[in-house]
Amino acid sequence: VTAPTAFEGLLRELAPQVLGALVRHHGGFDTCEDAVQEALLAAALQWPAEGVPANPKAWLIRVASRRWTELWRNESARRRRERVAAALEPPPADPVPAADDTLTLLLLCCHPALSAASQVALTLRAVGGLSTAEIARAFLVPESTIGQRISRAKQRIKATGAEFRLPPDAELPERIAAVLRVLYLVFNEGYTASSGPALHRVELTGEAIRLARQLHERLPGDGEVAGLLALMLLTDARRPARTGPDGGLIPLAEQDRSRWNTEAIAEGVGLTTEALATAPIGPYQLQAAIAAVHDEAAHAADTDWPQILALYDLLRRIAAGPMVTLNRVVAVAMVDGPGAGLRELGAAEAEPGLAGHHRLAAVRAHLLDLAGDHAAARDEHLRAAQRTLSIPERRYLESRADRLA
Amino acid sequence: MKYLILIHSNPKSREIWESFSPAEKGAGFQVYAALNDELAASGELIVAEALADPSLGRRIPAAPGEALTTDGPFAEVKEQLAGFYLVDCSGMERAVQIAERIPEAPLGLVEVRPVLDLNGLEM
Repeated sequence: VTAPTAFEGLLRELAPQVLGALVRHHGGFDTCEDAVQEALLAAALQWPAEGVPANPKAWLIRVASRRWTELWRNESARRRRERVAAALEPPPADPVPAADDTLTLLLLCCHPALSAASQVALTLRAVGGLSTAEIARAFLVPESTIGQRISRAKQRIKATGAEFRLPPDAELPERIAAVLRVLYLVFNEGYTASSGPALHRVELTGEAIRLARQLHERLPGDGEVAGLLALMLLTDARRPARTGPDGGLIPLAEQDRSRWNTEAIAEGVGLTTEALATAPIGPYQLQAAIAAVHDEAAHAADTDWPQILALYDLLRRIAAGPMVTLNRVVAVAMVDGPGAGLRELGAAEAEPGLAGHHRLAAVRAHLLDLAGDHAAARDEHLRAAQRTLSIPERRYLESRADRLA
Repeated sequence: MKYLILIHSNPKSREIWESFSPAEKGAGFQVYAALNDELAASGELIVAEALADPSLGRRIPAAPGEALTTDGPFAEVKEQLAGFYLVDCSGMERAVQIAERIPEAPLGLVEVRPVLDLNGLEM
């Protein structure tokens, strides 16, 4: 995967600041966002040839503002509408940065009136500074599909009358939770095992981590923001060991742990420890804590399973869900043996969302294998392989079944 | 999540279609046009195509020396693929909701299949 060049990184960093400056000055998020997008494209074309300007932010604000004026004139000519001339003046070239612009933008892009797919697309463009074409390539859909999601999202924002300012304190936790969900979606979309089609794709995991980091800088005391950032870092740290040379998935227990990213692990562990000690506990922090326990084991056999089980018990109490149930069953099996795990699995089967799920079959296959019932394990591996929607998972499950043949 | 919505035709559905007046056929096309516009506007449509008559298709024959196992010609198979939608939507429930709006759906000729993706969680 190609790393963004230095100026691409700079553009993405400046994108939300420039957009914030424009919206605060002109109002009207949708037109400002279009204008900034065009300024970013102009910069991407001109800077490599002409060099990065001395004050890149001022350059972008100037170009975006000029474009905004053109867009506004077209629109107002069409609507035969007058407006005070003062608004046509460009904003100060280098405004005092409003610290909360990026946060305000994230909250606006993840507005509850938008569909999840629209929230993701708009966030990546308006806050992440990615082009529609880059987002489309990352999600393997046509550019027009992403373009529609963005324009529909902007129409919805306009229609709801949502403004470019921080929501009232009472609404803030819920709105931040929506931002975290969007960043987690982006991260998971990028956490693909395949290397082929991923070429020339924007690194979505890296982008999700970058945006989560920006959010954490603005809200350092929010334990769930820190928890999500830590969870992403601790998960992504294992990426180099997660796929074999043939692109196949390597399970956690068999990964070459010397290939894990120790820097990311240290940062993730530090964030988790501080969040757990200082903030009210939440699901992202607990998931990060579980990932940290895995990452701190030098060998799979050193894994502190009793601690992982205790964390899953806690997670089940505050955020029960089918995947929490399943992962907890694996922990039970590691602590009390596969028989105990299989008994818990029998009870879990009735849970809504788990009946017929391929992961249920995959976990049963794993536990049967541990229990020494290889024939039944093979059948369950094949059942899971048949039901998964993921190509890498299907390959992995089929290879497990082959091993037991 | 991506889903492929397959629209089949069979002798009975072709007969029904041929019995339609031009106005009825026009109304049928409009249902499709409205669905296409709506899915494009919602950002769920990836591609939708109607297929030409099966008699215009070609079947790739088995490699020389290998047994031919199909009866051929393909065009004589009773049920034919007539068109498809590839959509990217929130889940199976939504994909079925879209598929149910296709005029052939009440005839039992529409099928929804999830598309495999490249995401794989750690196991």
